[in-house]
Amino acid sequence: MSTTEIDRQWTTRLRRRAAGKLPPEKLLPDTQPTYVSSWIYVFGVATLASLVVVIATGCLLAIRGPQWWHGSYIGHFVNSLHLWSVEIFFFAMVIHLWGKFFMAAWRGGRGLTWVTGVVTFVVSIATAFTGYLSQTNFDSQWISTQAKDGINATGGGAYWNVLNVGQMLMWHIVLLPIAAVVLTALHVLLVRVKGVVPPFEQSTQVAQ
Amino acid sequence: MSHFLVFAAIFPLNTLGHYLHWHIFLISVANLVVIVLMIVTFLVALFAPFPGRRRRRENR
Repeated sequence: MSTTEIDRQWTTRLRRRAAGKLPPEKLLPDTQPTYVSSWIYVFGVATLASLVVVIATGCLLAIRGPQWWHGSYIGHFVNSLHLWSVEIFFFAMVIHLWGKFFMAAWRGGRGLTWVTGVVTFVVSIATAFTGYLSQTNFDSQWISTQAKDGINATGGGAYWNVLNVGQMLMWHIVLLPIAAVVLTALHVLLVRVKGVVPPFEQSTQVAQ
Repeated sequence: MSHFLVFAAIFPLNTLGHYLHWHIFLISVANLVVIVLMIVTFLVALFAPFPGRRRRRENR
């Protein structure tokens, strides 16, 4: 195979483009800019860490099933870990959102990073909502019967039936977590490509 | 088990929730507490000194 043919392969072109955009030292940097040493920059990674616990405890719940998480001490414990890691996930994500909003984190060509963050937030809300519907208790029955009127009013109820436990469970443990994790990975990669957004005074100094 | 009972006595979660109602605004006390905690954490994150920040500036 000639060099020209190798250059034209989609694998070669994709590898070169990926390595050009995101070399290993940029993907996993040794140091961060000085302005990152503030507590407000901690909440992105706190969200990420809690997402890892959410996924891990969700996998344990999926392995053992509802009888386990309703009927045993260890099942209750893992169920509570799953709930509270979600609470911390949203708590940290909202503070991360406020911090990035007030520092206009879409500056410097970071628009797609902001948009992936917003979409991940929306997908996470849908994931949490279907989680409430998948508890298999009176709480989930109550929430689903209250929510059905809202969803039906949009016309979406014909396709997305909140009273259908099987459908809501599949959305909660397959489709929405895949979307949330893929979007989070994309968001983090975009942060690595463009770098962490600097404070306003730093970007003014750079512009001067 | 006794630890759980003591905890349950301090934070009774098996009762009706408390709500605050003002005109068209209705919010549970639990949700209000979480929102206030988020605002406080946000302000603390903005103004609390970060460990090692001065050392990094001096090394720069």
